[in-house]
Amino acid sequence: MSIFDLPSEVQSSFLGLIGIQLEVSLGACAAGLALALPLGQLCLRLPRFYPPVLGVVTVIYSLPSLALFVLLIDVTGVTETTVFIPLALYSLAILVPGVVDALRSVPRDVIDAANGMGYGRLRRYLTVELPIALPTLVAAIRVALVSTISLMSVGGLIGNYGGLGDLITLGHTFFYTRLVWLGLLSLLVLAVLCDLVLRGAQRLLTPWARQYRSAA
Amino acid sequence: MITFENISKKYPDGTEAVAGLSLEAPDAAITVLVGPSGCGKTTTLRMTNRLVEPSGGRILIDGVDIRDRPVTQLRRGIGYVIQQAGLFPHRTVADNIATVPRLLGVDRRGGRRRAQELMELVGLDPVLAGRYPHQLSGGQQQRVGVARALAADPEILLMDEPFSAVDPIVRKSLQDEFLQIQAEVGKTILFVTHDIDEAIRIGDKIAVLREGGHLAQFAPPKELLEKPADEFVERFLGLDRGVRSLTFLPSGGLVLRTEPVLTVGAAPTPAQSALPWLLLVDGERRPVGWVRPDRLDATPITIGHSFVSGSDSLRAALDAAVLCPTGWATGVDAQGRVLGVASQDEIAVEIRAAHDRTVEDWLAQASAEPRDVSAARPTGSVGR
Repeated sequence: MSIFDLPSEVQSSFLGLIGIQLEVSLGACAAGLALALPLGQLCLRLPRFYPPVLGVVTVIYSLPSLALFVLLIDVTGVTETTVFIPLALYSLAILVPGVVDALRSVPRDVIDAANGMGYGRLRRYLTVELPIALPTLVAAIRVALVSTISLMSVGGLIGNYGGLGDLITLGHTFFYTRLVWLGLLSLLVLAVLCDLVLRGAQRLLTPWARQYRSAA
Repeated sequence: MITFENISKKYPDGTEAVAGLSLEAPDAAITVLVGPSGCGKTTTLRMTNRLVEPSGGRILIDGVDIRDRPVTQLRRGIGYVIQQAGLFPHRTVADNIATVPRLLGVDRRGGRRRAQELMELVGLDPVLAGRYPHQLSGGQQQRVGVARALAADPEILLMDEPFSAVDPIVRKSLQDEFLQIQAEVGKTILFVTHDIDEAIRIGDKIAVLREGGHLAQFAPPKELLEKPADEFVERFLGLDRGVRSLTFLPSGGLVLRTEPVLTVGAAPTPAQSALPWLLLVDGERRPVGWVRPDRLDATPITIGHSFVSGSDSLRAALDAAVLCPTGWATGVDAQGRVLGVASQDEIAVEIRAAHDRTVEDWLAQASAEPRDVSAARPTGSVGR
């Protein structure tokens, strides 16, 4: 018997668990980013919105995930969505300030030059601000993704929606230490791998940034 | 031609940056806006490409109100250079330079080609094309900034303290090269600086602004130095404006003496031995220093700096003479070879001669317009 063989209670193969884990974590982070980008932009355009927005996302982050899951079951049932929504909301606590800091890291004179040369607002955002903000932004996304991967394990408590975290929950229920270890180590490896992939992608996308930060 | 018609800018908090400024920046010339901080010079510049909207008055380019065009179109037709260069850190030098042509729809290859041409124009090594801005020195970044502003061949260039962030030596060479480029491209340039020396060096016309955005004087540099409109301009020009006005007198008229010039190792002639000082030059006639004829092996006294005969002004010649402990200025050719020397006295005679010509012109002018009292205002440094 391989250490990756799972008892029938898990209702999924090891690879299947990894699939669910990635699908929900990456999806939640992507949804979080899709919300954080316009929210961050709003906070930059109207700075007085930033403190309240930051307050709200931080309060959301402090809500116990179990409570959120249970409340959401009434709305979305025992589904992946029930796990997905809180995770996406949690990621905002990291991603909103991440987006704001990243866009603030774009030097003023660069924006001034872009305006002076006749960039439209959208073009400036997409081709000047976002690319220059990318290293800082990716740093925030990395933290958000790793924390989402780990937070997701609580989903195991409401059924089989914790991804690899299910192993930990079941191992706990049945005093099955091997499962706990397997779940824990697999989560760790997966989180590190995701982080490495993001770092690699950032290096590929921002060749200019390699010595820029030490020079700046 | 850029025309400012009674332009003003008031901010919501009540501060007035520019107050009723009227000005005409002529075609194919450098118009410098100079003044202390808070005089509204940068605001005025930024109103020209509508980065700041005036609260009153209007700005015309070749007679057409700048508000008649979509703002992005206006800006793409005006080159813009700023103090920190404002280069895009995420784009290579070539891509930075090609920015505006690319915005105007030129394809990637066309942009590259244009970038190459401009790198040559501003004196950037072609190997830098693939580098990122942070890999360049401050002076190189500023050149890229100028190249980027010129890339789409705009008629107008706006420059906001473009050379202020580099060290004085690099600044001087950037200014010289900029003047050469301008001689080639002949753009209509608005140039903002707080440095009156820079204004005098590069300006065809200079607008001196005072706090609160009032125009104190608008004149060519020579006239500014000779006839400052009021006490503010006088103070702003500083106490050495007499010496500074020598910038406009060429050194070509100075007759350079060659008798005191001695090649290292050669024996002085009897006539040279009778002179108080001899200038030693090496085999390529480059200056080594001054020595006494009777003590040829003593450590030579440094010449300080030389002046390029003809292309440098009498100011440079006088400075060289004042700087050198022996009181002699060393004149060299463009390659740095010694042509001869001139004494402080000889330079003073040359300055007098130039002033006599100025005074004659002035008297001729004054008799042509006898009622113009302001033109005859005594200014101290002229004709004394």
